[in-house]
Amino acid sequence: MAAQVEGHQQHPLAIYLWIWLLLFVLSTFSYLVDYFHFQGMARWTLIIIFMLMKAGFIVAIFMHMAWERLALITAILTPPICLLILIGLMNIEGDYTTHTRDRYFDEQPRTSRVLDGHQADHGAN
Amino acid sequence: MSHEAGTATISAGLSGVARDWSGDKNAFHVPWGKAMMWIFLLSDTFIFTCFLTGYMHVRTSTTVPWPNPSEVFALHIAGRDVPLILIAIMTFILITSSGTMALAVNYGYRRDRTRTMLLMLATAAFGAMFVGMQAFEWTKLIVEEGVRPWGNPMGAAQFGACFFMITGFHGMHVSIGVIYLSTVAFKVFRGDYESRGYEIVEIAGLYWHFVDLVWVFIFALFYLW
Repeated sequence: MAAQVEGHQQHPLAIYLWIWLLLFVLSTFSYLVDYFHFQGMARWTLIIIFMLMKAGFIVAIFMHMAWERLALITAILTPPICLLILIGLMNIEGDYTTHTRDRYFDEQPRTSRVLDGHQADHGAN
Repeated sequence: MSHEAGTATISAGLSGVARDWSGDKNAFHVPWGKAMMWIFLLSDTFIFTCFLTGYMHVRTSTTVPWPNPSEVFALHIAGRDVPLILIAIMTFILITSSGTMALAVNYGYRRDRTRTMLLMLATAAFGAMFVGMQAFEWTKLIVEEGVRPWGNPMGAAQFGACFFMITGFHGMHVSIGVIYLSTVAFKVFRGDYESRGYEIVEIAGLYWHFVDLVWVFIFALFYLW
């Protein structure tokens, strides 16, 4: 399937319809994660997996990235790696800010947040 | 300087800049409009990630409990609260529109103008429906729940600012997409692309799929967190 006419993306209809169906199913799954009140690590794992699968199928099939040449794929998909570093750093920074606030500013202890179920995970970082 | 032997194509100063950029060197074997759309979408990725990262930061660093999205966005249907139902419907509408867009691209390359136009108009209609539901959601939050960018009755004050910023910026993208798709659909119908080909439909499709892609992340990180 790699040998396409330059810039011409013509593929069988069936593949779009299957991906379409798959996106519906994955969206239903992620909604059910909330509906059935999954909490903690299970919730995070499921949400992130469904999110990345949906994003991957949209980019690869609907946006035709799977059939593009490697030069374009690398030019578009490698810069967002910088964003992962930003997300990682800001996550560390967020935890640091929380601890600083807990220690110096907050009059109520943080137990009220911990009771909020799935937010307690952040303590692990 | 450009008159030196052997360096005729390498000149300095502003004319050198112009020559380098117009040097007719083709790195990506796709129509230039498609390469430009991808680069625009890459820049948009950075913008949305900055918003979502900022949101993540204020949410992890606030010492006040974050309002529970599952309850905030619940709708009262048939005598009980159904959690997040409006957001789920909006998600399905956007995915549906992504599917019709993918089909429109396919029929565009088959030069089936009527089907392409109809599918693009359907995509735009789903987009408009999405924006309408978002307007309903905003109205409910502002008028009934009293959410403001600087505070709300349910918990952390940053909730409103994050919500309006992220969903507002996404909604703006959807609205622009509706106009963009309608314009291209009209031009397809008029036969403007018969001679230069239907890559333009795919390029418009890239934008639309990106809008759906951003929603996938917003849905997971803002509503389901």
